[in-house]
Amino acid sequence: MAQASSINKSRVQHHFMNAEQQFSSSKLGMWLFLFTEIMFFGGLFVAYIIYRSWNPELFTMAATQLDTMLGAVNTVVLIGSSLTIALAIRSAQLNDTKKIFYYLLSTIALATVFLVIKYFEYTAKFDVGILPGAMYTFEGIDHPKANIFFSIYYMMTGLHGLHVLIGIGLMLWLLVRVKAGDYSSEYYTPVEMTGLYWHIVDIIWIFLFPLMYLID
Amino acid sequence: MEQASLNAKKLKVRYFDIDENPSEHYLNAEKGLKSWLLTVDHKRIGLMYLASVILFFFVGGVLAVVLRTELFTPTENLMNADTYNRIFTLHGAIMVFLFIIPSIPAALGNFLLPMMLGAKDVAFPRLNLASFYIYSVGAIFALISLAVNPIDTGWTFYTPYSIQTGSAVILITLGVFIMGFSSILTGMNFIVTIHKLRAPGLTWGKLPLFIWAMYATSIIQVLATPVLAITLGLLIMERFLGIGIFDPALGGDPVLYQHFFWFYSHPAVYIMIVPAFGVISEVISTFSRKTIFGYWAIAMSSLAIAFIGSLVWGHHMFVSGQSELSTVVFSFLTFFVGIPTGIKIFNWLATMYKGSIDMKTPMLYAMIFLFLFTIGGVTGIMLGAISVNVHLHDTYYVVAHFHYVMMGGTVMAFLAGIHFWWPKMTGKMYSEFWGRIAAVIIFIGFNVTFLPQFIMGSQGMPRRYFNYIEQFQSMHQLSTIGSYLLGIGFLIIGAYLLHSLFRGEKASSNPFGSRTLDWMTSSPPAHHNFNYTPVVYNGPYDFHKPIADFTIGIAGSDEHHGHGETVKADKAEA
Repeated sequence: MAQASSINKSRVQHHFMNAEQQFSSSKLGMWLFLFTEIMFFGGLFVAYIIYRSWNPELFTMAATQLDTMLGAVNTVVLIGSSLTIALAIRSAQLNDTKKIFYYLLSTIALATVFLVIKYFEYTAKFDVGILPGAMYTFEGIDHPKANIFFSIYYMMTGLHGLHVLIGIGLMLWLLVRVKAGDYSSEYYTPVEMTGLYWHIVDIIWIFLFPLMYLID
Repeated sequence: MEQASLNAKKLKVRYFDIDENPSEHYLNAEKGLKSWLLTVDHKRIGLMYLASVILFFFVGGVLAVVLRTELFTPTENLMNADTYNRIFTLHGAIMVFLFIIPSIPAALGNFLLPMMLGAKDVAFPRLNLASFYIYSVGAIFALISLAVNPIDTGWTFYTPYSIQTGSAVILITLGVFIMGFSSILTGMNFIVTIHKLRAPGLTWGKLPLFIWAMYATSIIQVLATPVLAITLGLLIMERFLGIGIFDPALGGDPVLYQHFFWFYSHPAVYIMIVPAFGVISEVISTFSRKTIFGYWAIAMSSLAIAFIGSLVWGHHMFVSGQSELSTVVFSFLTFFVGIPTGIKIFNWLATMYKGSIDMKTPMLYAMIFLFLFTIGGVTGIMLGAISVNVHLHDTYYVVAHFHYVMMGGTVMAFLAGIHFWWPKMTGKMYSEFWGRIAAVIIFIGFNVTFLPQFIMGSQGMPRRYFNYIEQFQSMHQLSTIGSYLLGIGFLIIGAYLLHSLFRGEKASSNPFGSRTLDWMTSSPPAHHNFNYTPVVYNGPYDFHKPIADFTIGIAGSDEHHGHGETVKADKAEA
């Protein structure tokens, strides 16, 4: 903890004794929040497991409709963005404000690329009638529960996409505060917390990609 | 860490007198509506929660009395069947999601937790305020759904009916979804506060048992509530997009919904009852004037309940078509939760044994709790037995069981807690005479209401029915009369508590002679709880030591406090 050694009084809220206590509290709180995220997605993963164990053939058939190439590109893009945000935190620890800004900017750019690719994937499916549940009209998969697979697909990737969108929002806010000179090696808690959040978004995708795209 | 720095700096520790007549305290430190609405003070947030949950308890209670009135005769006498369905659903949903889940944790917990830890506030005060507003927004959604088209599915929102019904399911589930985040944030806040903000010297072994109970509760809130969120999220999408995951018409599975729902909602009953255990531990020890018996057993059994309680959800679905194997496993695990709960009951009894018991109102409620909760718990074990369950499933026996646990347990402990900490919260004493009278009325009213329901249930009276065959009429009438008695009891409580706010006797800082840190501050407490950083040497239940040993603070003022006027007498230096 580079910041632990020096105490920045102005950043310490009234109920903390020192910056170290405040920083470690924030970090513990964030890890608990990440736990709730895992439980939140966990429900969907359980739904996936149950439907897949009942209909293993459905999942291998339906997965052929997903574009593995685009999924793989998106995986690389997201892992790259995890690297750039880790570098942003590193820059904060090294007190290099300029680099925090550029690394955050590149993370936002990569996140946007991810969403754009996702948009093209979604629209390509909507065009052939692959829609969730009741609206499903595609006839290319010979299975009565094909609609359920795509409901699960849209719910999981949709919720994940929403998290990406929230991450972009958080990082835009960070950009504003970096510009205002709010962060330095003395205090960069929000950058670190956003980084943790971004890693969980990344990890969830790393599970989604093989479970959805790579099972055929 | 704190201990180490304590030794390293060789701080002088002195005894302080508590300011018995605080001219400045948290209630008058800032004035105006804005100072309440935008406060980050955990005590004020706790009081705002308290006011909200009491309001919703009143609404839910009125609905209950209306339901009982309809059931006075076997046929329709107040409302039609459709209205009845909506009203029992609202009674359940309001009592569960708007009252009982935030009752002890968010109201009493917010008020007490930082004080018991010797902290100035919770770890994330702004997040705490946000969580109150998130709760409010959720409550508003629930209220709008009342105005639009009150829901008629039962508080469990079971599919497929919740997908088909014309009532406003999306609005109320969205409300519950939003309130869930409030619960998660409160839980996170408490866990971090307990880990990081304990006063110097306050080791894990010196934590009051209320804190241990809140710790276990917070873990359940953080782990289970997100699952409810995703479940209700999927239910909303089910109605919105027709995704079909829970809809058999589209190839989905309604039993999966029940699994998801109870994966949260069974642990949720421990969110409701475990904080009550914490209150009871404090009350029984204080009014028996004895060190709590089996401190670690009580502390660890809270965590054991949190853990095992997360693995028993399947006992709600013995007749929903789950496999025989899982039914047996869930039944066994359900019996298993009885063990840590029994450990608590016996430790409380052992605490009282040869204590000098003072039957003040909080203690009276604690006794009522022990009596009613034990009945509720034992009938719960009976319902966990598969063959008995098949017979009693969806009867009034189940209704009586969970009212004995939730109302006889949590609400009685909540009442014990409100009376116990009323002097601390308001600086006023309630009327002991009326307190005891109301407690007795509530005890009688409660049993008259719910004991007949056990009997009706075992004879086959199904729950949620708007009419019934004549053989159950006398039982139903008894139950209805009991509910009126209960209502009278609660009105008396409301009246004397309100009266005490304006005309009550002034409370001293520690009217009941407790030993925990929340009593080592003035009544009402100072704006930042303590005017000096408390240093803890004694255990929370050291009733064998004189009370004078218990007001300890670091000498000198540190810059965070700035109210340095309270240093009155230095009795000794350590």
